[in-house]
Amino acid sequence: MKFSIVKDFWVAQYKIIRGNRFGMFGAVVLLFFGIIALFAPYIAPHDLWESLRDSGGKMAILRQPCLEFPLGTTAMGRDILSQLILATRTTVLIGITSGLVSILIGANIGLLAGYYGGKLDEIFMRLTDIVYGMPFLPFLIVLISLFGRNIWFVIIAICCIIWRTSARVIRAQVMSIRQRQYIQAAKARGCSDFRIIYRHIMPNILPLLLLYTAFNIAWSILAEAGASFLGFSDPNNITWGGMLYNLWISGKIRTAWWWFATPSICIILLVSALVFISRAYEEVANPRLKQR
Amino acid sequence: MNNILTVKNLKTHYSSREGAVKAVDGVTFSIGENQVFGLAGESGCGKSTLIRTIMRLVPKSAEVTADKLQFKEYDLLTVSDKFFREKILWQGISLVPQSAMNALNPVYRVGDQCIEAILAHTTFSKAAAAKTVVQMFDAVGLQAGLMKAYPHEFSGGMRQRAMLAMSLVLSPELVVMDEPTTGLDVLVQERILRNLKEIREKTKTSAAILLITHDISVIAEMSDRIGIMYAGKLMETADAMELFNEPYHPYTLGLKNAFPNIKALDRELISIPGSPPNLTRTIPGCLFYDRCPFSMDICRNKKPEQIEVRPNHFVQCHRTEHVEEFRKLAGVKKTWQFSK
Repeated sequence: MKFSIVKDFWVAQYKIIRGNRFGMFGAVVLLFFGIIALFAPYIAPHDLWESLRDSGGKMAILRQPCLEFPLGTTAMGRDILSQLILATRTTVLIGITSGLVSILIGANIGLLAGYYGGKLDEIFMRLTDIVYGMPFLPFLIVLISLFGRNIWFVIIAICCIIWRTSARVIRAQVMSIRQRQYIQAAKARGCSDFRIIYRHIMPNILPLLLLYTAFNIAWSILAEAGASFLGFSDPNNITWGGMLYNLWISGKIRTAWWWFATPSICIILLVSALVFISRAYEEVANPRLKQR
Repeated sequence: MNNILTVKNLKTHYSSREGAVKAVDGVTFSIGENQVFGLAGESGCGKSTLIRTIMRLVPKSAEVTADKLQFKEYDLLTVSDKFFREKILWQGISLVPQSAMNALNPVYRVGDQCIEAILAHTTFSKAAAAKTVVQMFDAVGLQAGLMKAYPHEFSGGMRQRAMLAMSLVLSPELVVMDEPTTGLDVLVQERILRNLKEIREKTKTSAAILLITHDISVIAEMSDRIGIMYAGKLMETADAMELFNEPYHPYTLGLKNAFPNIKALDRELISIPGSPPNLTRTIPGCLFYDRCPFSMDICRNKKPEQIEVRPNHFVQCHRTEHVEEFRKLAGVKKTWQFSK
């Protein structure tokens, strides 16, 4: 019984994605990165921080992609492919964690504010206004200089910022659904507020919720990449943005194109995959987009 | 006969920028066991507000006062929200909401929504609840297999019947029906009303019904007792036959004129001129004064009290002693062509 619900859910997701060519592309890319992230330590051919020597025994510094080092090496003689694979794990972890936590915060604030209205709505929405006024990078820099460089603080900083948009949009949708006849009917039936919010209203905004989950994950990945490129990230956990930061401080950004290209392409691929998927959900949430 | 619901001098005022909107203003009536009480009146006369007040569905900003509001042994003015929601709603009073066709959540199976209503109020197991719903579906003429369907797969009549089934699952003592036939074609309307009668006979649940509609013919078909509402007040309350045969209030006379009579098809329909008063205004006299062809000075200056013209026949009018004359004149079109 429970299993069939899970299965139904995934079948439904597959049907949504399948109808959309870009969405399908996004799903494949996402799955690809997901598998790499899951098995990263087993796939990566070399240690992350090891300075490598080639078969001839020479230090493999700034090698272009070749048979021995498929994606080249860094200025310290480290294998870019291995870094890329292990960075995928950190990036996906940060993206998914902060994406999910932020939608959890945003959705609940939106649901409660939209449903109860009045004072609670006022408090939550002014809070949202305040968060809208907070710039991400300065906030992160303050957080990190206070507590130290750690990926969890990056995640916390991202979560504190991006719930704001989802909260606004979901609140607006809840306000419209709250007025529908069937919610009034559920109230007359004696459903508690909690039940009405989570059993009757939430399923009706599910497409919007999934759409914003995808958006939030994409935004988290971008924010993390930006932060680590500027050096505000955990030095022990490499990320794509962190690879670009290493490149920048090595001063070889003009010549080492292979070092520059691969993490950039990964960021662009993963983020656009998420955006394509969210577009597919958006078409379900708003079918008029399809006609264009 | 014991009264299930007693309402005395109930007032519901909404606050607005222009002052209080007196949507329900001093309504008094009672419903006996197993009785069908029909409440009729034109749009905006406060019918829906009245039942929403009784069921606590009015917004918190609305100001509700009453001398008495009693359901069975419970005083609805004082019981807590929690008790009301858990013990009185649906087990005591259930609702078939206005435009019941839209009252089903589109993302849930119809059967599950009915089951939810049972589980919310009882300790039934899910299987037992489902069994009850099957019985109720059967009673309203829906196949048990339809429990698995989603609302959009239902026709309007089916949805209406599903709501009816849902309202009856806990065998409440009072079912409130807010315009149960609005938006349905005449054939479906007829089937639903017949359904309703059958269910009352079939199931031993002797639920009283508070039927609200602006369709006089539906009221006439179903009700034991009728209340005519106008501008937030009950103008006339009487047993059904008596109200149609010997109405006292000029407004009732006017309403009767505005509906076709199957026994006198060539009779011209006469409408009541004007429109209901603005409910924010404080009117010293009778609220029907502007539109009443029989009004006098006293009607403008003094509020009519509710008087019992015959046993159990209540009217709010100053001029009930002249009713014979009114009944004669009301059938003539010219009577209603006047301007004040």
